[in-house]
Amino acid sequence: MTKTILKRLGLLVVTLLLVTFLAFVAFSILPGDPTNSILGLNATQEQVDALRAQLGLDLPLWQRYLNWLGGLFTGNLGISYNYDMPVGQLLAGRVGVTAALAGLSFVLIVVISIPLGILCARYEGGVLDRALTVLNQITMSIPNFLLGFLLTFLFSLVLRWFTVGSFSAATAQGFWDWLSYLFFPALAIALPKSAMTVKMLRGSILGEMREDYIRTAYSKGNSKGAVLWRFALRNAMIPVITFLAMTIADVVAGSIVVEQVFAVQGIGQMLVTSIGNRDYPVVQAIVAFIALIVVVCNFAADGLYRVMDPRLRQR
Amino acid sequence: MLLHVEHLKVTFHDRSSLFDAVEDFSLQMEEGEVVGIVGESGSGKSMTAHALMGLIPRAKADISGKALFRGADLLAMSRAQLRQVQGRELSIIFQEPMTSLNPTMRIGRQVEDALRVHTKLGAGERRARALEAMALAGLSDPEKLYRCYPHQLSGGMRQRVMIAAALVLRPRLLIADEPTTALDVTIQAQILDTLKDINRTEGTAILFISHDLGVVKALCQRVVVMRHGLIVEEGPADQVFYHPREGYTRQLIAARPTRKKLRGGGEDG
Amino acid sequence: MRKRKNWYFVLGLILTALSVGYSALGLFWTPYSSTAMVGADRYALPSLAHPFGCDHMGRDVFSRTLEGASATLTIALAVIVIGFMAGLVIGALCGYYGGAADAVVMRICDAIAAFPSVLLGLVILALTGPGKYNVILALGILFIPSFARLVRGEFLKYRDRDFVRAARLMGVSPLRILFSHILPNTWPVLLSGLTIGFNNAVLAEASMSYLGIGVGPGDTSLGRMISEAQSYFTTAPWLVLFPALVTVLLILGAGMLGEGIRERLGED
Repeated sequence: MTKTILKRLGLLVVTLLLVTFLAFVAFSILPGDPTNSILGLNATQEQVDALRAQLGLDLPLWQRYLNWLGGLFTGNLGISYNYDMPVGQLLAGRVGVTAALAGLSFVLIVVISIPLGILCARYEGGVLDRALTVLNQITMSIPNFLLGFLLTFLFSLVLRWFTVGSFSAATAQGFWDWLSYLFFPALAIALPKSAMTVKMLRGSILGEMREDYIRTAYSKGNSKGAVLWRFALRNAMIPVITFLAMTIADVVAGSIVVEQVFAVQGIGQMLVTSIGNRDYPVVQAIVAFIALIVVVCNFAADGLYRVMDPRLRQR
Repeated sequence: MLLHVEHLKVTFHDRSSLFDAVEDFSLQMEEGEVVGIVGESGSGKSMTAHALMGLIPRAKADISGKALFRGADLLAMSRAQLRQVQGRELSIIFQEPMTSLNPTMRIGRQVEDALRVHTKLGAGERRARALEAMALAGLSDPEKLYRCYPHQLSGGMRQRVMIAAALVLRPRLLIADEPTTALDVTIQAQILDTLKDINRTEGTAILFISHDLGVVKALCQRVVVMRHGLIVEEGPADQVFYHPREGYTRQLIAARPTRKKLRGGGEDG
Repeated sequence: MRKRKNWYFVLGLILTALSVGYSALGLFWTPYSSTAMVGADRYALPSLAHPFGCDHMGRDVFSRTLEGASATLTIALAVIVIGFMAGLVIGALCGYYGGAADAVVMRICDAIAAFPSVLLGLVILALTGPGKYNVILALGILFIPSFARLVRGEFLKYRDRDFVRAARLMGVSPLRILFSHILPNTWPVLLSGLTIGFNNAVLAEASMSYLGIGVGPGDTSLGRMISEAQSYFTTAPWLVLFPALVTVLLILGAGMLGEGIRERLGED
């Protein structure tokens, strides 16, 4: 058991190193010298050399990677070409916004999809089940940025429940302020994913309900509700939890797009802007950061799977 | 009279077609008696067992006739009334010990399940009763097995777990639906011995369903032979085995040696 | 026994035919030039002359959705062609031969598939710069792993079937076994996978173009139209509405078609 955990942790570290290395190298071998864009083409060779030394560009690639990797822990991630500001400082306020947005989206996915999935399976073929099946198919077909528009249109312009405006950590006051600002962007991210999760959970429960052990449970005098809750649900949740853990990566990706719709000042918006500006230190840092989240979530999903399913635990 | 079945009929209505799984089945069983139902796959023997046990969803099939169990008609009961009987006075074990247990639930909890449903016993008491039932089902070291998961057990042991779970409330009737078909011949014999012991010591009546007349003869006093949802022949086990009246029964006996080939090939009544 | 009507399949087929037909039309014909600006028509409401109205620069929205849809369709099709072809070869070889190479390739595929394609697409386009062909290349490469995995699973399933063994014993060349003995059996599953791939390609392209990192500034695309119309949303909602509808219909049609194919498979 301990050996398995250690082995997987080792694998995690190697994967993280590999992913950060790729993210670093991809943006470091680009043609063109960043000093050009900072100093302009008229700079003297001395100025260029000085800046290169200051940015650490005169060192060999592997050494720059190691410096940068160390910076991931200390927050020293280089200087943004565009904002002329340390990347760490630039991202500090925004990471929290995106994390809150992604976290809220994930909570919404769980809160929306788990009860609905169970209800659909419990009353299979009923009105709710059939209505949701149609609604699911449609929701899954709407890109999340469009959903953002629809929500804005409905709740901001028609119902006037909230005002569209730029949201940043600096302007928010208190928890409820955050929540009310982020609720609709989070909903835009959460709805398509919830539709998928409902569909998956429903299918998973119905699949389990056809298993032989369910018949055994009925034969002991359990009611349908008890069979579903005490027997089928746990087993049906195993693949769904894995799916949900992997969804976190999609939620983060979704926030990149949706931040743009609602003008939320998170790292997604910063990523898009920085790609447009070819501000590679910023892009590098954000990409590495998101990659870390994806890798860690996948490992968590795998670990959860093992904890939930005793058949896999010993291996 | 423990069980009195009269003109049981099970008709599946699958979308547009109708299909009689059991056409006409009648049976009388006394307390403590061991009766066998024999037939090839598709003869309706398993459907009979599942219908008596209340395991056929009423939306999927029409079930008519009478099945008086200790005086009350199982087929006329409401679902709630039926649940009171299931697992308490009437239990069943299945053909597939591999899949009939919940893979993510510990053995102990599964053996105790009927206690959770039907009694208000505390955890300690439940555990004691479960361990007792496991010993009765011939499981050695029940204390250790109590904390195991099904995948850690062999097929024979899992079937014993199923037996323990079925017997934990000492039902009056145990329906055994091909309980040994999926098991090795040696394990099969041991399980049959266990069932015999349980019948003798606890007085539990057993309705034993099998495609193998030889196995039924070894265990049962009386045999019912089924084909195409109908009873073909009925009588004391020895008589049916050694002096069959019907050609179909003779075929069944003659076909015995091939059962090894059939084993695991999706045998289903 | 009568088969229940497969509504998903029928509706999906109709919607796909409509939306793909609409997009294909845009390849050959638009009522107006999609870039022609007529000052007097700025913010024109939908009318007979301009069924979808005109945008903030006086361009005909109908013509622009036609051209945008055709661009999205071309990109999505090119992406799944690249992804599917490469995925087919890799998946077939991995599934049929197995072994250490299979394990390594599948590990890499898993790793790539773990990342959302919009994110990886953005990263690649950040390196290459925007443009239609860069989008196709980036998404095409990113779609290889999921197709490879799907194809591999299917080929693994058929690898030890009797008809494959028989062909092997008769000395049929591996290439023939792969592509004329096994492949035809896998089409139904692959087809349903293709519809999912198509959906994801449309979604990814629309998202990336919406973010302004997809097709180049000169190209018309549904995602870009929506992002441009965003500022005029309150005053001229039809500028968002029509490109949005076309996008949703493209995805909905393929999604339902895929669902219908899976339902049909499940019944067999």
